[in-house]
Amino acid sequence: MNTLTEAWDWLTDSAHWSGDDGVWHRLAQHLVLTMVCLVISCLIALPVALVLGHLGKGGALAVNISNIGRAVPTFAVLVLLLLTPIGKWGEGPTVVALVLFAVPPLLTNAYVGMREVDRDVVRAARGMGMTGRQMLFHVELPLSLPMVMNGVRIAAVQLVATATIAALAGGGGLGRIITAGFNLASTPQVVAGAVLVAVFALIVEGVFEVAERLAPHWARGSR
Amino acid sequence: MTAPPDDCLARNEWICGEYLSTRRQILLDAVVQHLQLTAVSVLIGLVLAVPLAVLARRWGWAAGPVLGVTTILYTIPSLAMFSLLLPVYGLSAALVVAGLVLYSLTLLVRNILAGLRAVPEETRQAARGMGYGPIRLLLTVELPLAVPAAMAGLRIATVSAVSLVTVGAIVGFGGLGNLIYSGMNTYFKAQVLTASVLCVVIAVAADLLLLGVQRLITPWTRAARG
Repeated sequence: MNTLTEAWDWLTDSAHWSGDDGVWHRLAQHLVLTMVCLVISCLIALPVALVLGHLGKGGALAVNISNIGRAVPTFAVLVLLLLTPIGKWGEGPTVVALVLFAVPPLLTNAYVGMREVDRDVVRAARGMGMTGRQMLFHVELPLSLPMVMNGVRIAAVQLVATATIAALAGGGGLGRIITAGFNLASTPQVVAGAVLVAVFALIVEGVFEVAERLAPHWARGSR
Repeated sequence: MTAPPDDCLARNEWICGEYLSTRRQILLDAVVQHLQLTAVSVLIGLVLAVPLAVLARRWGWAAGPVLGVTTILYTIPSLAMFSLLLPVYGLSAALVVAGLVLYSLTLLVRNILAGLRAVPEETRQAARGMGYGPIRLLLTVELPLAVPAAMAGLRIATVSAVSLVTVGAIVGFGGLGNLIYSGMNTYFKAQVLTASVLCVVIAVAADLLLLGVQRLITPWTRAARG
Protein backbone atom coordinates (compact mmCIF):
# COMPACT_ATOMS: atom_id res chain seq x y z
CA MET A 1 0.00 0.00 0.00
CA ASN A 2 2.91 2.27 0.77
CA THR A 3 4.08 2.20 -2.85
CA LEU A 4 0.59 3.09 -4.01
CA THR A 5 0.44 6.22 -1.85
CA GLU A 6 3.94 7.16 -3.06
CA ALA A 7 2.83 6.65 -6.67
CA TRP A 8 -0.21 8.83 -5.95
CA ASP A 9 2.08 11.50 -4.48
CA TRP A 10 4.21 11.30 -7.63
CA LEU A 11 1.14 11.77 -9.83
CA THR A 12 -0.25 14.70 -7.83
CA ASP A 13 3.09 16.57 -7.78
CA SER A 14 2.63 19.30 -10.41
CA ALA A 15 6.40 19.41 -11.04
CA HIS A 16 6.13 15.99 -12.70
CA TRP A 17 3.52 17.23 -15.20
CA SER A 18 5.40 20.12 -16.83
CA GLY A 19 8.56 20.34 -18.93
CA ASP A 20 10.00 18.12 -21.66
CA ASP A 21 10.00 15.02 -19.43
CA GLY A 22 6.63 15.94 -17.89
CA VAL A 23 3.44 13.94 -18.15
CA TRP A 24 1.67 16.43 -20.47
CA HIS A 25 4.50 16.37 -23.02
CA ARG A 26 4.80 12.56 -22.90
CA LEU A 27 1.02 12.18 -23.17
CA ALA A 28 0.94 14.47 -26.22
CA GLN A 29 3.77 12.46 -27.81
CA HIS A 30 1.94 9.19 -27.15
CA LEU A 31 -1.33 10.54 -28.55
CA VAL A 32 0.27 12.01 -31.69
CA LEU A 33 2.33 8.86 -32.36
CA THR A 34 -0.72 6.62 -31.94
CA MET A 35 -3.07 8.72 -34.07
CA VAL A 36 -0.61 9.49 -36.89
CA CYS A 37 0.42 5.84 -37.14
CA LEU A 38 -3.21 4.66 -37.02
CA VAL A 39 -4.04 6.93 -39.98
CA ILE A 40 -0.95 5.80 -41.93
CA SER A 41 -1.69 2.12 -41.21
CA CYS A 42 -5.34 2.47 -42.26
CA LEU A 43 -4.30 4.22 -45.49
CA ILE A 44 -1.93 1.32 -46.24
CA ALA A 45 -3.96 -1.67 -45.05
CA LEU A 46 -7.63 -0.89 -45.73
CA PRO A 47 -7.49 -0.25 -49.52
CA VAL A 48 -5.44 -3.44 -49.98
CA ALA A 49 -7.78 -5.51 -47.78
CA LEU A 50 -10.95 -4.14 -49.41
CA VAL A 51 -9.70 -4.77 -52.95
CA LEU A 52 -8.39 -8.27 -52.08
CA GLY A 53 -11.65 -9.06 -50.26
CA HIS A 54 -13.73 -7.78 -53.20
CA LEU A 55 -11.74 -9.88 -55.67
CA GLY A 56 -11.57 -12.84 -53.25
CA LYS A 57 -7.80 -13.15 -53.78
CA GLY A 58 -4.81 -13.31 -51.46
CA GLY A 59 -6.82 -14.76 -48.57
CA ALA A 60 -4.01 -16.94 -47.24
CA LEU A 61 -1.70 -13.93 -47.04
CA ALA A 62 -4.29 -11.64 -45.43
CA VAL A 63 -5.17 -14.19 -42.74
CA ASN A 64 -1.64 -15.44 -42.01
CA ILE A 65 -0.07 -12.00 -41.75
CA SER A 66 -1.69 -11.64 -38.30
CA ASN A 67 -0.04 -14.83 -37.07
CA ILE A 68 3.32 -13.65 -38.38
CA GLY A 69 2.86 -10.28 -36.67
CA ARG A 70 2.20 -12.06 -33.38
CA ALA A 71 5.35 -14.19 -33.57
CA VAL A 72 7.73 -11.27 -34.13
CA PRO A 73 8.63 -9.49 -30.87
CA THR A 74 7.84 -5.77 -30.97
CA PHE A 75 10.91 -4.98 -28.90
CA ALA A 76 13.21 -6.87 -31.32
CA VAL A 77 11.82 -4.97 -34.33
CA LEU A 78 12.23 -1.63 -32.54
CA VAL A 79 15.87 -2.35 -31.69
CA LEU A 80 16.65 -3.74 -35.16
CA LEU A 81 15.23 -0.57 -36.74
CA LEU A 82 17.17 1.59 -34.28
CA LEU A 83 20.44 0.02 -35.43
CA THR A 84 19.66 0.54 -39.14
CA PRO A 85 20.07 3.96 -40.85
CA ILE A 86 16.37 4.65 -39.97
CA GLY A 87 17.54 4.95 -36.34
CA LYS A 88 19.11 8.31 -37.14
CA TRP A 89 15.77 10.05 -37.84
CA GLY A 90 14.56 10.57 -34.29
CA GLU A 91 11.15 8.91 -34.01
CA GLY A 92 11.68 7.06 -37.34
CA PRO A 93 12.11 3.56 -35.85
CA THR A 94 9.05 4.04 -33.61
CA VAL A 95 6.80 5.15 -36.48
CA VAL A 96 7.94 2.32 -38.79
CA ALA A 97 7.53 -0.31 -36.05
CA LEU A 98 4.11 1.02 -35.01
CA VAL A 99 2.83 0.89 -38.59
CA LEU A 100 4.30 -2.60 -39.11
CA PHE A 101 2.42 -3.95 -36.08
CA ALA A 102 -0.86 -2.11 -36.77
CA VAL A 103 -1.20 -3.27 -40.39
CA PRO A 104 -1.77 -7.05 -39.74
CA PRO A 105 -4.95 -6.76 -37.59
CA LEU A 106 -6.39 -4.12 -39.95
CA LEU A 107 -5.68 -6.25 -43.00
CA THR A 108 -6.97 -9.53 -41.53
CA ASN A 109 -10.20 -8.13 -40.04
CA ALA A 110 -11.12 -6.07 -43.10
CA TYR A 111 -10.44 -9.00 -45.42
CA VAL A 112 -12.42 -11.48 -43.31
CA GLY A 113 -15.25 -8.94 -42.99
CA MET A 114 -15.41 -8.55 -46.76
CA ARG A 115 -15.46 -12.30 -47.33
CA GLU A 116 -18.17 -12.85 -44.70
CA VAL A 117 -20.65 -10.67 -46.57
CA ASP A 118 -23.53 -12.93 -47.60
CA ARG A 119 -22.75 -14.16 -51.14
CA ASP A 120 -26.47 -14.08 -52.02
CA VAL A 121 -26.54 -10.33 -51.29
CA VAL A 122 -23.50 -9.82 -53.52
CA ARG A 123 -25.11 -11.87 -56.28
CA ALA A 124 -28.35 -9.90 -55.95
CA ALA A 125 -26.36 -6.65 -56.27
CA ARG A 126 -24.69 -7.98 -59.40
CA GLY A 127 -28.11 -9.05 -60.75
CA MET A 128 -29.36 -5.49 -60.28
CA GLY A 129 -26.61 -4.40 -62.65
CA MET A 130 -24.22 -2.84 -60.11
CA THR A 131 -20.65 -2.39 -61.28
CA GLY A 132 -17.76 -3.80 -59.23
CA ARG A 133 -17.06 -0.38 -57.75
CA GLN A 134 -20.71 0.16 -56.77
CA MET A 135 -20.86 -3.30 -55.17
CA LEU A 136 -17.70 -2.59 -53.19
CA PHE A 137 -18.77 0.82 -51.86
CA HIS A 138 -22.56 0.41 -51.57
CA VAL A 139 -22.92 -3.26 -50.57
CA GLU A 140 -19.78 -4.99 -49.36
CA LEU A 141 -18.14 -2.12 -47.45
CA PRO A 142 -21.27 -1.13 -45.43
CA LEU A 143 -21.97 -4.76 -44.54
CA SER A 144 -18.36 -5.48 -43.51
CA LEU A 145 -18.03 -2.22 -41.54
CA PRO A 146 -18.37 -3.85 -38.07
CA MET A 147 -15.42 -6.17 -38.78
CA VAL A 148 -13.39 -3.34 -40.35
CA MET A 149 -13.97 -1.20 -37.25
CA ASN A 150 -13.09 -4.14 -35.00
CA GLY A 151 -9.73 -4.28 -36.83
CA VAL A 152 -9.22 -0.54 -36.30
CA ARG A 153 -9.95 -0.99 -32.60
CA ILE A 154 -7.47 -3.88 -32.23
CA ALA A 155 -4.88 -1.88 -34.18
CA ALA A 156 -5.40 1.20 -31.96
CA VAL A 157 -4.90 -0.80 -28.75
CA GLN A 158 -1.86 -2.49 -30.33
CA LEU A 159 -0.44 0.93 -31.26
CA VAL A 160 -0.75 2.20 -27.68
CA ALA A 161 1.08 -0.89 -26.41
CA THR A 162 3.81 -0.72 -29.06
CA ALA A 163 4.34 3.01 -28.49
CA THR A 164 4.91 2.19 -24.80
CA ILE A 165 7.57 -0.42 -25.59
CA ALA A 166 9.20 2.11 -27.95
CA ALA A 167 10.41 3.91 -24.82
CA LEU A 168 12.75 0.96 -24.17
CA ALA A 169 14.44 1.73 -27.48
CA GLY A 170 14.63 5.48 -26.84
CA GLY A 171 11.30 6.53 -28.38
CA GLY A 172 9.03 9.15 -26.83
CA GLY A 173 5.66 8.71 -25.18
CA LEU A 174 4.34 7.73 -21.76
CA GLY A 175 6.60 4.66 -21.63
CA ARG A 176 9.51 7.04 -21.02
CA ILE A 177 8.13 7.80 -17.55
CA ILE A 178 8.36 4.07 -16.78
CA THR A 179 11.86 3.57 -18.21
CA ALA A 180 13.09 6.73 -16.46
CA GLY A 181 11.61 5.33 -13.24
CA PHE A 182 13.56 2.09 -13.70
CA ASN A 183 16.77 4.03 -14.39
CA LEU A 184 16.24 6.08 -11.21
CA ALA A 185 15.28 2.89 -9.29
CA SER A 186 12.12 4.79 -8.32
CA THR A 187 9.30 2.28 -7.88
CA PRO A 188 6.68 5.03 -7.28
CA GLN A 189 7.54 6.63 -10.63
CA VAL A 190 7.43 3.24 -12.40
CA VAL A 191 3.99 2.52 -10.95
CA ALA A 192 2.73 6.05 -11.68
CA GLY A 193 3.88 5.75 -15.29
CA ALA A 194 2.27 2.32 -15.60
CA VAL A 195 -1.03 3.64 -14.26
CA LEU A 196 -0.95 6.48 -16.80
CA VAL A 197 -0.25 4.04 -19.65
CA ALA A 198 -2.95 1.60 -18.50
CA VAL A 199 -5.56 4.38 -18.15
CA PHE A 200 -4.63 5.74 -21.59
CA ALA A 201 -5.01 2.26 -23.17
CA LEU A 202 -8.36 1.68 -21.43
CA ILE A 203 -9.64 5.11 -22.58
CA VAL A 204 -8.72 4.26 -26.19
CA GLU A 205 -10.55 0.92 -25.87
CA GLY A 206 -13.48 2.70 -24.20
CA VAL A 207 -13.78 5.30 -26.99
CA PHE A 208 -14.20 2.51 -29.54
CA GLU A 209 -16.70 0.73 -27.29
CA VAL A 210 -18.82 3.91 -27.00
CA ALA A 211 -18.51 4.63 -30.73
CA GLU A 212 -19.79 1.13 -31.46
CA ARG A 213 -22.80 1.59 -29.16
CA LEU A 214 -23.66 4.96 -30.68
CA ALA A 215 -23.34 3.66 -34.24
CA PRO A 216 -26.56 3.04 -36.22
CA HIS A 217 -27.98 -0.43 -35.81
CA TRP A 218 -26.77 -1.83 -39.16
CA ALA A 219 -23.19 -0.76 -38.48
CA ARG A 220 -22.98 -2.57 -35.15
CA GLY A 221 -21.12 -5.83 -34.65
CA SER A 222 -22.89 -8.98 -33.60
CA ARG A 223 -21.33 -8.78 -30.14
CA MET B 1 50.99 -5.03 -28.94
CA THR B 2 48.91 -7.10 -31.32
CA ALA B 3 46.75 -5.53 -33.99
CA PRO B 4 42.96 -5.76 -33.35
CA PRO B 5 41.47 -8.73 -35.18
CA ASP B 6 39.73 -7.88 -38.43
CA ASP B 7 36.74 -10.23 -38.24
CA CYS B 8 33.01 -9.67 -38.55
CA LEU B 9 32.76 -8.89 -34.81
CA ALA B 10 35.23 -6.03 -35.12
CA ARG B 11 33.42 -4.74 -38.22
CA ASN B 12 30.08 -5.00 -36.33
CA GLU B 13 28.28 -6.84 -39.14
CA TRP B 14 24.66 -8.00 -38.88
CA ILE B 15 25.40 -11.63 -39.73
CA CYS B 16 28.44 -13.03 -38.00
CA GLY B 17 29.48 -16.66 -37.68
CA GLU B 18 32.21 -15.66 -35.24
CA TYR B 19 29.51 -14.38 -32.86
CA LEU B 20 27.69 -17.71 -32.91
CA SER B 21 30.83 -19.70 -32.12
CA THR B 22 32.23 -17.41 -29.41
CA ARG B 23 28.93 -16.65 -27.59
CA ARG B 24 27.43 -20.12 -27.81
CA GLN B 25 27.02 -20.43 -24.03
CA ILE B 26 25.42 -16.99 -23.60
CA LEU B 27 22.95 -17.72 -26.38
CA LEU B 28 22.13 -21.14 -24.96
CA ASP B 29 21.51 -19.71 -21.47
CA ALA B 30 19.25 -17.01 -22.91
CA VAL B 31 17.26 -19.54 -24.96
CA VAL B 32 16.83 -21.77 -21.88
CA GLN B 33 15.60 -18.81 -19.79
CA HIS B 34 13.26 -17.78 -22.61
CA LEU B 35 11.77 -21.28 -22.85
CA GLN B 36 11.41 -21.61 -19.07
CA LEU B 37 9.65 -18.26 -18.67
CA THR B 38 7.28 -19.03 -21.56
CA ALA B 39 6.48 -22.60 -20.52
CA VAL B 40 5.92 -21.81 -16.83
CA SER B 41 3.66 -18.83 -17.62
CA VAL B 42 1.53 -20.62 -20.18
CA LEU B 43 1.16 -23.72 -17.99
CA ILE B 44 0.08 -21.70 -14.93
CA GLY B 45 -2.28 -19.76 -17.21
CA LEU B 46 -3.79 -23.01 -18.48
CA VAL B 47 -4.22 -24.47 -14.97
CA LEU B 48 -6.09 -21.30 -13.90
CA ALA B 49 -8.06 -20.86 -17.12
CA VAL B 50 -9.79 -24.27 -17.24
CA PRO B 51 -11.68 -23.92 -13.93
CA LEU B 52 -12.51 -20.27 -14.65
CA ALA B 53 -13.98 -21.16 -18.04
CA VAL B 54 -15.91 -24.10 -16.58
CA LEU B 55 -17.34 -21.89 -13.81
CA ALA B 56 -18.27 -19.16 -16.29
CA ARG B 57 -20.02 -21.79 -18.41
CA ARG B 58 -21.86 -23.34 -15.45
CA TRP B 59 -23.08 -20.08 -13.98
CA GLY B 60 -24.12 -17.74 -16.78
CA TRP B 61 -23.90 -14.65 -14.57
CA ALA B 62 -20.16 -15.26 -14.01
CA ALA B 63 -19.34 -15.15 -17.73
CA GLY B 64 -19.84 -11.36 -18.08
CA PRO B 65 -17.49 -10.32 -15.23
CA VAL B 66 -14.86 -12.97 -16.16
CA LEU B 67 -14.77 -11.84 -19.79
CA GLY B 68 -14.87 -8.16 -18.77
CA VAL B 69 -11.92 -8.45 -16.39
CA THR B 70 -9.84 -10.45 -18.87
CA THR B 71 -10.55 -7.88 -21.62
CA ILE B 72 -9.34 -5.09 -19.34
CA LEU B 73 -6.20 -7.08 -18.45
CA TYR B 74 -5.50 -7.73 -22.13
CA THR B 75 -5.83 -4.02 -22.99
CA ILE B 76 -3.06 -3.01 -20.56
CA PRO B 77 0.25 -2.77 -22.49
CA SER B 78 2.91 -5.31 -21.47
CA LEU B 79 5.44 -2.76 -20.21
CA ALA B 80 2.78 -1.19 -17.98
CA MET B 81 1.64 -4.62 -16.75
CA PHE B 82 5.18 -5.58 -15.68
CA SER B 83 5.60 -2.16 -14.05
CA LEU B 84 2.34 -2.45 -12.09
CA LEU B 85 3.56 -5.77 -10.69
CA LEU B 86 6.92 -4.28 -9.60
CA PRO B 87 5.83 -3.38 -6.02
CA VAL B 88 4.55 -6.95 -5.54
CA TYR B 89 7.36 -9.01 -7.04
CA GLY B 90 10.39 -6.66 -7.25
CA LEU B 91 13.03 -7.24 -9.92
CA SER B 92 12.47 -10.97 -10.31
CA ALA B 93 11.58 -13.69 -12.79
CA ALA B 94 8.29 -14.09 -10.88
CA LEU B 95 7.27 -10.60 -12.07
CA VAL B 96 7.67 -11.59 -15.73
CA VAL B 97 5.87 -14.90 -15.14
CA ALA B 98 2.98 -13.18 -13.33
CA GLY B 99 2.53 -10.66 -16.16
CA LEU B 100 2.60 -13.36 -18.82
CA VAL B 101 0.18 -15.55 -16.83
CA LEU B 102 -2.38 -12.73 -16.89
CA TYR B 103 -2.12 -12.41 -20.69
CA SER B 104 -2.23 -16.19 -21.34
CA LEU B 105 -5.16 -16.52 -18.95
CA THR B 106 -7.18 -14.01 -20.96
CA LEU B 107 -6.67 -15.76 -24.29
CA LEU B 108 -7.23 -19.23 -22.80
CA VAL B 109 -10.41 -18.40 -20.84
CA ARG B 110 -12.02 -16.83 -23.91
CA ASN B 111 -11.17 -19.76 -26.17
CA ILE B 112 -12.07 -22.53 -23.72
CA LEU B 113 -15.38 -20.82 -22.93
CA ALA B 114 -16.13 -20.50 -26.66
CA GLY B 115 -15.29 -24.20 -27.06
CA LEU B 116 -17.57 -25.24 -24.19
CA ARG B 117 -20.42 -23.08 -25.52
CA ALA B 118 -20.06 -24.66 -28.96
CA VAL B 119 -20.83 -28.18 -27.65
CA PRO B 120 -24.21 -29.00 -29.28
CA GLU B 121 -27.17 -29.25 -26.89
CA GLU B 122 -28.15 -32.58 -28.54
CA THR B 123 -24.77 -34.02 -27.57
CA ARG B 124 -25.29 -32.98 -23.96
CA GLN B 125 -28.80 -34.42 -23.92
CA ALA B 126 -27.61 -37.70 -25.46
CA ALA B 127 -24.95 -38.04 -22.74
CA ARG B 128 -27.53 -37.26 -20.04
CA GLY B 129 -29.87 -39.82 -21.57
CA MET B 130 -27.11 -42.41 -21.30
CA GLY B 131 -27.02 -41.69 -17.56
CA TYR B 132 -23.99 -39.36 -17.41
CA GLY B 133 -23.81 -37.21 -14.27
CA PRO B 134 -22.67 -33.57 -14.47
CA ILE B 135 -19.00 -34.32 -13.59
CA ARG B 136 -18.72 -37.22 -16.03
CA LEU B 137 -20.48 -35.13 -18.71
CA LEU B 138 -17.96 -32.33 -18.21
CA LEU B 139 -14.85 -34.52 -18.12
CA THR B 140 -15.66 -37.05 -20.83
CA VAL B 141 -17.89 -35.11 -23.24
CA GLU B 142 -17.76 -31.33 -22.92
CA LEU B 143 -14.04 -30.76 -22.20
CA PRO B 144 -12.81 -33.15 -24.95
CA LEU B 145 -15.10 -31.44 -27.47
CA ALA B 146 -13.71 -28.05 -26.38
CA VAL B 147 -10.10 -29.19 -26.96
CA PRO B 148 -9.75 -27.88 -30.55
CA ALA B 149 -10.86 -24.37 -29.49
CA ALA B 150 -8.70 -24.55 -26.36
CA MET B 151 -5.67 -25.62 -28.39
CA ALA B 152 -6.19 -22.71 -30.79
CA GLY B 153 -6.11 -20.40 -27.74
CA LEU B 154 -3.07 -22.21 -26.34
CA ARG B 155 -1.17 -21.71 -29.60
CA ILE B 156 -1.96 -17.98 -29.69
CA ALA B 157 -1.09 -17.61 -25.99
CA THR B 158 2.23 -19.44 -26.40
CA VAL B 159 3.32 -17.49 -29.48
CA SER B 160 2.36 -14.20 -27.78
CA ALA B 161 4.23 -15.20 -24.61
CA VAL B 162 7.41 -16.01 -26.57
CA SER B 163 7.25 -12.52 -28.06
CA LEU B 164 6.34 -10.75 -24.78
CA VAL B 165 9.12 -12.39 -22.73
CA THR B 166 11.55 -10.02 -24.48
CA VAL B 167 9.95 -7.04 -22.70
CA GLY B 168 11.02 -8.70 -19.42
CA ALA B 169 14.49 -7.34 -20.24
CA ILE B 170 13.41 -4.19 -18.36
CA VAL B 171 13.76 -6.18 -15.10
CA GLY B 172 16.67 -8.32 -16.33
CA PHE B 173 14.60 -11.47 -16.93
CA GLY B 174 13.80 -11.34 -20.61
CA GLY B 175 15.56 -14.43 -22.00
CA LEU B 176 16.71 -13.44 -25.48
CA GLY B 177 15.30 -9.97 -24.76
CA ASN B 178 18.25 -9.41 -22.39
CA LEU B 179 20.64 -9.94 -25.31
CA ILE B 180 18.60 -7.57 -27.50
CA TYR B 181 18.61 -4.94 -24.72
CA SER B 182 22.35 -5.13 -24.07
CA GLY B 183 23.01 -5.32 -27.82
CA MET B 184 21.02 -2.12 -28.26
CA ASN B 185 23.05 -0.28 -25.63
CA THR B 186 26.36 -1.35 -27.24
CA TYR B 187 25.20 -1.14 -30.90
CA PHE B 188 26.09 -4.84 -31.26
CA LYS B 189 24.28 -5.68 -34.51
CA ALA B 190 25.10 -9.41 -34.67
CA GLN B 191 23.76 -9.97 -31.14
CA VAL B 192 20.48 -8.11 -31.76
CA LEU B 193 19.79 -9.87 -35.06
CA THR B 194 20.74 -13.34 -33.77
CA ALA B 195 18.57 -13.01 -30.65
CA SER B 196 15.62 -11.63 -32.67
CA VAL B 197 15.79 -14.45 -35.20
CA LEU B 198 15.99 -17.01 -32.39
CA CYS B 199 12.82 -15.52 -30.83
CA VAL B 200 10.90 -16.01 -34.06
CA VAL B 201 12.32 -19.53 -34.48
CA ILE B 202 11.18 -20.45 -30.94
CA ALA B 203 7.69 -19.02 -31.61
CA VAL B 204 7.27 -20.92 -34.88
CA ALA B 205 8.66 -24.15 -33.37
CA ALA B 206 6.32 -23.91 -30.36
CA ASP B 207 3.35 -23.28 -32.66
CA LEU B 208 4.16 -26.32 -34.82
CA LEU B 209 4.74 -28.48 -31.74
CA LEU B 210 1.33 -27.56 -30.31
CA LEU B 211 -0.30 -28.15 -33.69
CA GLY B 212 1.22 -31.66 -33.65
CA VAL B 213 -0.04 -32.26 -30.10
CA GLN B 214 -3.51 -31.08 -31.12
CA ARG B 215 -3.62 -33.57 -34.01
CA LEU B 216 -2.49 -36.39 -31.71
CA ILE B 217 -5.07 -35.76 -28.99
CA THR B 218 -8.05 -34.98 -31.26
CA PRO B 219 -7.96 -37.76 -33.88
CA TRP B 220 -11.74 -37.40 -34.44
CA THR B 221 -11.39 -33.94 -36.03
CA ARG B 222 -9.29 -35.49 -38.83
CA ALA B 223 -11.61 -38.44 -39.31
CA ALA B 224 -14.58 -36.09 -39.69
CA ARG B 225 -12.78 -34.00 -42.30
CA GLY B 226 -11.26 -36.87 -44.29
